[in-house]
Amino acid sequence: MKWIAATLLAVLFLFPPFVAGDFYVNLASQILIAAIFALSLNLLVGFGGMTSLGHASYLGVAAYVSALLTSRYGFGHGMAAIIAIAGTIAMAAFFGVIALRATGLGFLMITLALSQVLWGLAYRLSNVTNGDNGIAGLNRPAPFGISLDTPTAFYWFTLIVATFAFLTMAVFVSSSFGSSLKGVRDQPRRMAALGFNPWMIRWITFIYAGFWGGVSGLLYVYYNKYIHPTSLSTTSSAEALLGVIAGGSGTLGGPVVGAALVLLLKNYASAYVERWNMLLGLVFLFIVLMMPAGIVPGLARLAAGLRRRSR
Amino acid sequence: MQFWIIQGLNSLSLGGLLFLLSSGFSLIFGLMRLANLTHGAFFMLGTYFGATALRSWSGLNIWVTALGAGIAVAIIGGLFERLVLTRLKTNPLGQVLVTLGMSFIISDACLMLWGGDSIPVPTPRNLQAPTRVFGFVFPTYRLVLVACAIVAAIVLYFLIERTRVGAMIRAGVDDRQMARAVGIPVSRLFTLVFCLGAGIAGAGGVLGGPILSAYPGLDADMLPLALIVVILGGIGSLLGAFIGSFIIGFVYTFGTALFPELAYIILFLPMIFVIAFRPQGLFGRVGA
Repeated sequence: MKWIAATLLAVLFLFPPFVAGDFYVNLASQILIAAIFALSLNLLVGFGGMTSLGHASYLGVAAYVSALLTSRYGFGHGMAAIIAIAGTIAMAAFFGVIALRATGLGFLMITLALSQVLWGLAYRLSNVTNGDNGIAGLNRPAPFGISLDTPTAFYWFTLIVATFAFLTMAVFVSSSFGSSLKGVRDQPRRMAALGFNPWMIRWITFIYAGFWGGVSGLLYVYYNKYIHPTSLSTTSSAEALLGVIAGGSGTLGGPVVGAALVLLLKNYASAYVERWNMLLGLVFLFIVLMMPAGIVPGLARLAAGLRRRSR
Repeated sequence: MQFWIIQGLNSLSLGGLLFLLSSGFSLIFGLMRLANLTHGAFFMLGTYFGATALRSWSGLNIWVTALGAGIAVAIIGGLFERLVLTRLKTNPLGQVLVTLGMSFIISDACLMLWGGDSIPVPTPRNLQAPTRVFGFVFPTYRLVLVACAIVAAIVLYFLIERTRVGAMIRAGVDDRQMARAVGIPVSRLFTLVFCLGAGIAGAGGVLGGPILSAYPGLDADMLPLALIVVILGGIGSLLGAFIGSFIIGFVYTFGTALFPELAYIILFLPMIFVIAFRPQGLFGRVGA
């Protein structure tokens, strides 16, 4: 059953460039970027039990660093990407030390406060970040001399990165480290008694999630060729969190499905209604009240029920 | 010298406003173990109500307006608590997420109803004249605002420490299950405290109006300040919210005046410092 779903999904992602127009290929690229972002947040929320409301920090900071280095200081894309990712990792390490002093709601509040500080900084520090105007006129990298300017080329590039991200994160959570992470999520005191260091396990996961958040930020800025403070806002963090929870936190497929749903909703809704934030809020209420476990676990339970009945 | 004194007063008045915002947040968190992310939106809603009322009826008193807006916001908060939050009793993460969703809904509704331009709130006419103290000129309204926060702090202190309801709330904060077992209606207390917190935030929004004016994004500006105050002062502690508000009021005002672009970085320095040495906050109880 799982393998059928995986094959279906793979075929679905190989499909767009051959049949769909540019609009849909671009939409698919955006879905993949959102999926990497949601998967990285899911490492914290689903597997680590650490609900962060500040994950947009990593996406936004990596995107801003890359944008600034390439547009203003004349760095090449390769070097800029390395510096951006290194900077994001360093920031995640630092934020992790602060936020992991608390657990549960305290952790959530600290991550929210930290990300709001960065958001405010992106707005106010206008001689660096260009404030509310954002940084425009960026270009895409050309790895090995292959231009990524067409929607199809960029889609393949994103698909390769996303596949790699998905597989590495899958290995991460099924490794023995991943098991100890789930142990720390469920029974931190017993894990400590067994000789594990819960803090260190959480911190490493926090940094790792920050790293993939940074990667999605690079793709985000390559795709849009533009960056604005809203990418650091609570709305941006909340969209990703909604994707994780709607899809099913603590599953590997859930965040991909959830992120795709949130993005499609945002795209289609914004064509008809102006009020995306209100719709986002209403969807939040609906998902939390009606299907708190998410779509993928809900479907899995349904499938298991059907199989049992047919037996 | 004039600069320091004026900025000092501005800090005090911002601190007063922050206390009106964060005391409710802290009370709600203490009793319900709920990080109410709608709190900034309640504050903003109060400001918009106040702006509309004061601009439509020119003879209206700001105190009456604050009371009215406070009650209106308290009713909205109470409905939200009764209709949505009580259904999620067993799901604390879900509760936080719906408060976040609610804050998006309220802020977008404000944008829809009042538009994107900022709406100035008139300063009450009898408080427009500056006050002279020791040869320095102070804007009277800001002095009154500080007095308001102090009065609110004293009233809240007596409510929590000296009344029967306050004793029930304290019992609920300390041990919810035990409080239930001795017959305290904890669920009704939740609604009461949520209404109270929302109402104070709404009234604070009106009082802050003449200084801040009503604009979209006011909620996103105020919520992080309230979070930092509460993290700094200690969750669930009224004294912590009071001291924390004035610390953040000073840090933010002087930060903005002296290093306008780095004010946000300076803002979170005291927070890092406190978290590093006292994770439960200055006046928080261990394990709160």
